[in-house]
Amino acid sequence: MTPANTRTTLVKLTGVSKYYGNIRALEGVSLEVAAGEITCVLGDNGAGKSTLIKIISGLHRHDAGSFEIEGEETVLANPRAALDRGIATVYQDLAVVPLMPVWRNFFLGSEPTRGRGPFRRLDVGLMRETTRAELLRMGIDLRDVDQPIGTLSGGERQCVAIARAVYFGAKVLVLDEPTAALGVKQSGVVLKYVAAARDAGLGVVLITHNPHHAHLVGDRFVLLKRGVMAGSHTRDSITLDELTRQMAGGSELDELSHELARVAQSPQGTGDTPYDQAAHRPADRTPRDERDA
Amino acid sequence: MSGASLPADERLAPASLARRLLGRPELGAVAGAAAVFVFFSFAADSFLRAASLSTILYSASTIGIMAVPVALLMIGGEFDLSAGVMVTTSALVTSMFSYQLTANVWAGVAVSLLVTLAIGLFNGFMLVRTELPSFIITLGTFLMLTGLNLGFTKLISGGVSTQAIGDMEGFPSAKALFASQWDIGGVTLKVTILWWLALVALATWILLRTRAGNWIFAVGGGADAARAVGVPVVKTRIGLYMGVALCAWISGQHILFSYDVVQSGEGVGNEFLYIIAAVIGGCLMTGGYGSAVGAAVGAFIFGMTSNGIVYAQWNPDWFKFFLGAMLLLATLLNAWVRKRAEARA
Ligand SMILES: Nc1ncnc2c1ncn2[C@@H]1O[C@H](COP(=O)(O)OP(=O)(O)OP(=O)(O)O)[C@@H](O)[C@H]1O
Ligand SMILES: [Mg+2]
Repeated sequence: MTPANTRTTLVKLTGVSKYYGNIRALEGVSLEVAAGEITCVLGDNGAGKSTLIKIISGLHRHDAGSFEIEGEETVLANPRAALDRGIATVYQDLAVVPLMPVWRNFFLGSEPTRGRGPFRRLDVGLMRETTRAELLRMGIDLRDVDQPIGTLSGGERQCVAIARAVYFGAKVLVLDEPTAALGVKQSGVVLKYVAAARDAGLGVVLITHNPHHAHLVGDRFVLLKRGVMAGSHTRDSITLDELTRQMAGGSELDELSHELARVAQSPQGTGDTPYDQAAHRPADRTPRDERDA
Repeated sequence: MSGASLPADERLAPASLARRLLGRPELGAVAGAAAVFVFFSFAADSFLRAASLSTILYSASTIGIMAVPVALLMIGGEFDLSAGVMVTTSALVTSMFSYQLTANVWAGVAVSLLVTLAIGLFNGFMLVRTELPSFIITLGTFLMLTGLNLGFTKLISGGVSTQAIGDMEGFPSAKALFASQWDIGGVTLKVTILWWLALVALATWILLRTRAGNWIFAVGGGADAARAVGVPVVKTRIGLYMGVALCAWISGQHILFSYDVVQSGEGVGNEFLYIIAAVIGGCLMTGGYGSAVGAAVGAFIFGMTSNGIVYAQWNPDWFKFFLGAMLLLATLLNAWVRKRAEARA
């Protein structure tokens, strides 16, 4: 995307390892995120993708290797420290507090206040208006910013989390499988906002199971397999087919191509792995479907 | 509110008011309070007299002062089983410190504040360090405090109650602050009612209009998500336990300065009354939902029931049955209301 001479590397991991007790979750993984670029991390379930981004977002500390933010070796103490360094994360499993209203979730942890001393209070008007306006900019016209965020559809929730990160001036946006629970159309919407964040100059780390999604928007690809790197490519150096093949691995390839062929026949089945559809879609889709009706 | 300045959303318009109302955590409690009020108005002739209402408000306030911080703690996703005996501990510390060192009672009051806050800090600190369920940790504190209350009192004063401190220096002014009362047109109003209402107002302000309030809801409703977006989860939890301790101190001083002696075995079991008031008031047992006003209404229901049974000249043994039935009804009603609210959203 950006010409090579003006690339600014925002986050750089070199040979990073992470152990949970004696479980090796990551070993010698390297990755680079530059401003205005999307780095995709691909791999199967349990490959260590979430672990990798939890290191970047300050939730876990790495046990070996180096972690640089804008050229400076760093160990992040907690997620707050990561946020202060401009790294915002949209988590796979813990993005929002379901029972809280949308506007409270949007500003959670970074609430604007007005007044002084004992009269310091939340700037509720600003919070509501901003939430509504920022979501509208992402194409989400919310019925009511007071509704519990748990009642939004999966795609809307992801977009709230992305909008929040962009609004708070993140330099690096980390997304853990933002499209996993989503339908085709909503995946497209989320990917569009990921691309919009990139065009706004953010460095993006996008985690996904889905080589199609990755190849649509990615500039670099890091493949993980059982905690180790199985490949690292730039967009020009790999085709979608090759990416898919590398992800699947040789023996599983026949089965996969069989599956892909079947998926291609059905009118709206592309996009998700069968696992994700089965696990997430029915529950997450319900509110949206009702609304459309 | 946001809808006012923006074009109305057709998907929102019809259900909005009803849903807003149903979405309030205290709705179930208010309906319950109205029902209990009407019931005892008919069942007991003396229930509606001004003097009865002041007695009811007083009992409600003694539970209500503690129900407020306990509700905040429950919204934050935790319990405190030591809250009941902590009140007694706080009163005992003031009394014994003042008596033994023959200091001004205000010195005892100050030392008691520090000791009680330290107990709250201990509870919170143990919780965040061990990450054990708060049920276990505060059960431990409950047992330890119960033992210390009895043991120390016996050791120092040789009986189950403390020595009277009514003639000590500073007693009248401390009594004015914690246990005074006024006669207004033949009706006695106790100062605890003011403490109670002030605490409800303060807690509501904190919950709905401050950053700390936002964090309390978030810590109870999704601690991991809260931590991930930078909410100081540990500080919030410890703060909640210290809030319980602060109110235990207020309650403890009230008990001491209204009776001038303290029974060392008191307070056991009250922790459940606080939790019951909070739950009747719409606090979710699993955290993340509830209100201080709801807890106040819960305490008011407690006051009406405990006194209404006396006014109706029934055997007071029935009180526990009523309280239990009320708790179940309120919980069911709250669950039903919340389901409706969420289904419509
Ligand atoms: N807190 C933990 N304690 C112990 N082991 C863990 C922990 N978190 C993850 N693991 C293990 O580390 C490995 C990598 O997990 P991780 O969540 O990073 O996988 P993933 O690539 O994100 O998988 P998915 O695609 O299913 O989200 C797994 O084998 C997992 O069981
Ligand atoms: Mg994962």
